[in-house]
Amino acid sequence: MPTVTMTVNGMERSGTVEGRTLLVEFLREHLGLTGTHVGCDTSQCGACVVHVNGTSVKSCTCLAVQADGADVTTIEGLANGADLHPMQEAFREHHGLQCGFCTPGMVLSAVDLANQNSDPSEHEVREWLEGNLCRCTGYHNIVKAVQAGAQAMGGGS
Amino acid sequence: MSGNGTGIGASVKRKEDQRFLTGRGRYTDDINLHGQLYGYILRSPVAHASIGGIDTGAAMAAPGVHAVFTGKDMEGVGGIPTGWLIHSKDGSAMVEPPHPALALGKVRYVGDCVAIVVADTMEQAKSAANLVDVDYQELPAVASIEAAEAEGAAQVHDEAPDNVCYDWEVGDKAATDAAFEGADHVVSIDVVNNRLIPNAIEPRAAIANFDPATDEYTLYTTSQNPHLVRLLLGAFVLGLPEHKLRIVAPDVGGGFGSKIPHYAEEAILTWTAGQLGRPVKWTCERIDAFKSDTHGRDHISTAKLALDADGNFLGLHVSTKANLGAYLSTFATCVPTYLYGILFAGPYTTPAVYCEVKSFFTNTVPVDALRGAGRPEATYLLERLVEKAARELGMDRVEIRRKNFVREFPYQTPVALQYDQGDYDATLDLALAAADWDGFEARRAEAAARGKCRGIGISTFIEACGIAPSAVVGSLGARAGLYESGSVRVHPTGSISVFTGTHSHGQGHETTFAQIVSDMLGVDFNAVDVVHGDSAKIPFGMGTYGSRSLAVGGTAIYLAVEKVIEKGKKIAAHLLEASAEDIEFENGSFTVAGTDRSKSLGEVALTAYVPHNYPAGLEPGLEETAFYDPLNFTFPAGTHIVEVEVDPETGEVDLVAVTGSDDVGRIINPMIVAGQLHGGLAHGIGQALMEECRYQEDGQLETGSYMNYTMPRAADLPSFSINHNTTHCTHNPLGAKGVGEVGSIGVPPAVINAVIDALRPLGVDDMTMPATSQRVWQAIQHAQG
Amino acid sequence: MNDFTYHAPTSMDEALGALRGAEGGKVIAGGQSLLPIMKLNLAMPSDLVSLAGVPGLADIADGGDSVTVGAMCTHAQVAASAIVQGRIPALAAMADGIGDAQVRNAGTIGGSVAHNDPAADYPAACVALGATIVTDRREISADDFFRGMFMTPLEEDEVITAVRFPVPARAAYAKFANPASKYAIAGVMVADGPAGMRVAVTGASGDGVFRVAAMEAALGDSFSGDAVAGISVSTDGMLSDTAAGAEYRAHLVTVMARRAVEACG
Repeated sequence: MPTVTMTVNGMERSGTVEGRTLLVEFLREHLGLTGTHVGCDTSQCGACVVHVNGTSVKSCTCLAVQADGADVTTIEGLANGADLHPMQEAFREHHGLQCGFCTPGMVLSAVDLANQNSDPSEHEVREWLEGNLCRCTGYHNIVKAVQAGAQAMGGGS
Repeated sequence: MSGNGTGIGASVKRKEDQRFLTGRGRYTDDINLHGQLYGYILRSPVAHASIGGIDTGAAMAAPGVHAVFTGKDMEGVGGIPTGWLIHSKDGSAMVEPPHPALALGKVRYVGDCVAIVVADTMEQAKSAANLVDVDYQELPAVASIEAAEAEGAAQVHDEAPDNVCYDWEVGDKAATDAAFEGADHVVSIDVVNNRLIPNAIEPRAAIANFDPATDEYTLYTTSQNPHLVRLLLGAFVLGLPEHKLRIVAPDVGGGFGSKIPHYAEEAILTWTAGQLGRPVKWTCERIDAFKSDTHGRDHISTAKLALDADGNFLGLHVSTKANLGAYLSTFATCVPTYLYGILFAGPYTTPAVYCEVKSFFTNTVPVDALRGAGRPEATYLLERLVEKAARELGMDRVEIRRKNFVREFPYQTPVALQYDQGDYDATLDLALAAADWDGFEARRAEAAARGKCRGIGISTFIEACGIAPSAVVGSLGARAGLYESGSVRVHPTGSISVFTGTHSHGQGHETTFAQIVSDMLGVDFNAVDVVHGDSAKIPFGMGTYGSRSLAVGGTAIYLAVEKVIEKGKKIAAHLLEASAEDIEFENGSFTVAGTDRSKSLGEVALTAYVPHNYPAGLEPGLEETAFYDPLNFTFPAGTHIVEVEVDPETGEVDLVAVTGSDDVGRIINPMIVAGQLHGGLAHGIGQALMEECRYQEDGQLETGSYMNYTMPRAADLPSFSINHNTTHCTHNPLGAKGVGEVGSIGVPPAVINAVIDALRPLGVDDMTMPATSQRVWQAIQHAQG
Repeated sequence: MNDFTYHAPTSMDEALGALRGAEGGKVIAGGQSLLPIMKLNLAMPSDLVSLAGVPGLADIADGGDSVTVGAMCTHAQVAASAIVQGRIPALAAMADGIGDAQVRNAGTIGGSVAHNDPAADYPAACVALGATIVTDRREISADDFFRGMFMTPLEEDEVITAVRFPVPARAAYAKFANPASKYAIAGVMVADGPAGMRVAVTGASGDGVFRVAAMEAALGDSFSGDAVAGISVSTDGMLSDTAAGAEYRAHLVTVMARRAVEACG
């Protein structure tokens, strides 16, 4: 069975996996990082989005072995200690979450957008979030949060 | 009530968010128990079949497998019960066929539970499930209402001739018939309320454990109402007393009604854990969720409205056929009856209303509550019909509504409900202004110049929420009371734990309820924590659905706080050497009236737990519980206005504007209330424009994944305009009405009315939900001949 | 998902060797097409050979009259490439509309082309632009490459290394997406380029990408939206599903073709 080693949230983590082990399974079951969620099996809901080498990917559609050697960030690694990341703070401030299940993927997807565009329009945010389903919020406050979070990130870092 | 920065009325940021935003939520699938095994549920691939036999030998021999159980193994265990007994017109009780947790003898829908395979890993269990050899002897299936009622249709249950569960009615038929006889106009409509799949983003999951040391079972499950699961699973299925069955519903990732029912999987898991003496975990894959989470709606209706020459409504007659699916889920039978038929007065003074509902078994997933549950179906029918009446009578569609509004309260409807309070003109006026209704024709012309068909649609509606007065629902067939409990524990140092029998799965109860308690007791918001979702911690509870949590659960907490204050007054009076009658409580202090002598809540609490100097005969401690049984339903009301642009070439409907004007009663946290409205609107828009569960004739689910079941996405929706006109509920002390279902109830007819309005210039005068681009394009083609 | 042996070669020779040594090996690039079908057990390879560690497959090169896109270039990379945006903006725009942001970050042009999903976008671009599929051993014209649903002339052990697109005078892509899956119901790439006037359609036919000769001829006479607006395609062989029946699909092909022509400017 293959051994994988990757940097997860700044720490080197290794594990023995099967070839078929998905990155999300490695994160949740091997590393206990249950903040990354699984909401579907057809790569559409986006609850499992993490960053691999700085860009957002669906960890349910990525093998753990494909991430061997990669730098992975999950929702657990976004905040700086007790201080929320600006995008997390924006979601809190704008009530961009309700049940919280889609939230980790939504936030990490939003951070990826903000890294490319510090002032996205409402239209740009809505288009970007195509791969993230939310059943609670109607997206209204998520869109506001992403716009505010992107601006905060642009201004703050 | 202080109304301070964290008090009632303030948009306090949510307590829940820190853990959800940092990945520290604790959902059922995040929980792992020492020594746990994994259970995979083998489901029927066919809609209807006799089971000739099941050979589990090969599966048992597969690597890692500990056990395979089938229906025969669970024979003798109780079936899955339903919670509401409906009587037919002729007085007979509904047909209530057995619902074995694991199929026994027959399977009745694609997704029906056939076996559980338990192994060391889920992959092993799933692989081994492929080796279970089931001899399905296929039978003809009925996958729709039309098929179920057809001459010679296959029978889903031997107990239910013609596949009928009940044939129910409400209202005065004779009076309604008379109203039609005297009418100047009769307007008729046929509508279908499309079948939906709930799709909470968290799939269902469960972990069951049996502790031989205490003979106690624990089930972690994705439920909106853990005590209800305990009641049904314990008393009806497994025969376990309450003190030996603990149900924990931890963080739950959305419910929308689909996590109300007590599901077969919960019984199978719990029973299996007892058999094996080890924890067993199950997580539903999305592809299985499509065919095992209860579905919603699925009505076919015909209705007619009688009017006089001036457009006054005289009578309403509704005939509905409802699809209940293969088995009766927990609230399945009341959704198309008592959550539906009694809504048909709407906000109008229609003096005679009659509604009959015939419900059918089919070889499809059981149908149960889905956000709004019955009330969206009623509102959709009524508001489509009222719109059509305005058109046929040549009346303004706003004026025909306004003309018929209820204005005097309390108002007794002809279908059982009594509205306590409302101001429908005010919500309507607010909506018309916010949506710039009067400026619409200019926008339509501007869109036409761009080749787009613009339309505007409206719905005015009421809901019955705050479910529900136990005596009333009991007389109507409910097998449970629908009160709620709340406990307030003031700890010795003044911090507070609040225990509620409601369950939060997105609604933000931990914040809203803490606002109420901190405001009433004058303590720091952060000193109050709300505990929910664990039958071992909460006295009792009926859970969260029917927009009941604040109006019913919040009131229970309110009453418990009042009891705390009353007891505190006695303690303070003793400390202050005054009479309890002279003690006033405000802003966290007990004060002797007219003096500056006071004791803080903290001092009183400490005294209660260190009662060295204490009133004789008074119990130590400062903790109170209240059960609140509502006196009536609550009646949120509103007006929704939707503006669309249709691309006549492709049939695409672009939502341009959505305006909600709602009276949801007193608002504790405006931020949270707006969020609830947004979510409901998106759900209602999903029903109107995108979502449709479709079965093939043979009972195979045609829309079985996100590849072909359309979920609303961010780009499908606009930002919403949310407006409030508040009247307070008169019969609960908070004045609260409820907000969770508003959007999904009010907006679908507004959307469809807007689409029809847009297409009328092209000759289209009807539209079926969902108004997908293909359906709109076809309607245009048809109208253009 | 069935288990398999995973290979992470660091050279093309090593990759080819791993493929040849496998009983039922498959190449994995971004995995955005392959992993979803493996999760449904619609593909059960014995071995997966990753191209991620093979150097030189993720470059985009401006060849003057053509642009060559390395097989491992992600859709996001193509969409953001200054070369592609400058030389074939229609291709960049098309890539920017594939799947969702996360699919574009992981999915590759090589993987998409090799998979030949009848609803994928790239086949329409390749055929309309007259692209050449470059493999480890040969060059195959797009016209010969897309052979019906999920069918290509690739050998079991053959690996796509790049796709070379001739630079057109003008081109544009218009897509009508399935509202649920977001795959194309009708995606039409119109190109006026070295390969002539081409109209290639994806998403509509069960046989995968196809050209519309009547539209191409009409555009040759007069390059305008009106030239194709009256030309309908046959419903024979059109896909039909919950989102779009054959008749609606055929109608959308015409509408998307006209919009693509108009977008050419």
